[in-house]
Amino acid sequence: MNKHLFEYLLRLGDDSLIIGHRLSEWCGHGPILEEDIAMTNMALDFIGQATTILEYAAKVENAGRDADALAFLRYEREYRNVLLVEQPNEDFAVTMVRQFLFDAFRKPLYEALQNSSDEQIAAIAEKSLKETKYHLKHSSEWVIRLGDGTEESHEKAQYAIDTLWRYTDELFFENEVDAALQSENIVPSLIPIREEWQKTVTAVLAEATLTIPQNGWKQQGGRTGLHSENLGYILAELQYMQRAYPGMKW
Amino acid sequence: MSNANWPLWEVFIRSKQGLSHKHVGSLRAADAQMAVENARDVYTRRSEGISIWVVQSNDVFASDPSEADSLYEPADSKVYRHPTFYDVPDGISHM
Repeated sequence: MNKHLFEYLLRLGDDSLIIGHRLSEWCGHGPILEEDIAMTNMALDFIGQATTILEYAAKVENAGRDADALAFLRYEREYRNVLLVEQPNEDFAVTMVRQFLFDAFRKPLYEALQNSSDEQIAAIAEKSLKETKYHLKHSSEWVIRLGDGTEESHEKAQYAIDTLWRYTDELFFENEVDAALQSENIVPSLIPIREEWQKTVTAVLAEATLTIPQNGWKQQGGRTGLHSENLGYILAELQYMQRAYPGMKW
Repeated sequence: MSNANWPLWEVFIRSKQGLSHKHVGSLRAADAQMAVENARDVYTRRSEGISIWVVQSNDVFASDPSEADSLYEPADSKVYRHPTFYDVPDGISHM
C-alpha cells in the first residue's frame, strides 16, 4: 500500500468526520429551527465526505478494514484530524467561528485537490467543493453578523477568535507525507492555500469588526496523533455502539 | 438567542425550469440573505427546487377574508366564464 496516501486520506477523512460530529451535536439544540436544520445539513455533508474518503483510505490500505472500521474502531492516537475541529462547541459563536476558520481552509484545498493526479481524490474534491462553498458562505455570513452585531454577539465572536486562533497554524502542517505526494502531483503545497486562507480570514474578520489576535503561541499535534482531551470524549460517544456491540448494524 | 424580533418571510420555490415559483411555507430570518439560505436548508434539502424567492410576510398585502362573500361568491354563478361549452376538435392535445 501507499503509506503516505493512506495517511493523507486519514487527515482529510478525520477532519470531516470530527467536525461533522461536532456539528451533529447541535441537532435539536440550534439557536433557531432554521439554523438547527442548516447545521444538521452541514453535519451530514461532512459525514458523507468522511464516508467517501475513508472508503478510499480503506481501499488504499488494503488490510481488510472498511470505512466503518476506520471511523469507529481506531484508537485516539490513530486519528489524524487537526486540533481545531475537535474543539468543543461551547456556544454558537465558537461553533461558527471554528466552522469559518475550517471552511476557509477547506475551500482552497479542495479547489487544488480537483487537479490531483489521483482520479479518486480529484473526484471527491470536485463533489465536496460544491458543499464546501456553501459552508463557507454560511459560516462567513454568520461571523460577520455576530461580529458586527450587538455588543454581546461581538464579544462572544471575539472570544471565539481569541480562543481558536492558536489552532489555525496546524491547518497548514506539512511533513514528509506531503512532500512525497506533492512530488507525484497527488496533493498541492499548502503554502498558496495558506495565502488564500489568510486573505479570506482577513477580509471576513475585517467586515465583522473582529480583531485577529497577535501571533502568539501556536498549538499543534493532531496531524501526528497527539490530540487534546476533547477527542477522547468524542470517540467515547462516536464509538460506543461498535465497542459495546461489535459488528452491530441498524 | 431569541428570534422574537426576526421578521417572518414567505418562501417560494421553483421546482424546475419553466414552472413558476410556488409558495411552500414561511420562516424567520434577520435579513433577506439569511432568509434565502434558511429556505435553501429548510425547503430544498430533498431536491425540491432550483430557485428561491423570499418576500417579507409584512409586504404581502392580502384580501380580507371577511369580504369573501362579495369578492368570490359572485363568480360561482357565472359558469359561462369557464370555456367548457366548446367542442375541442380532435387532434388538439394539452387542453
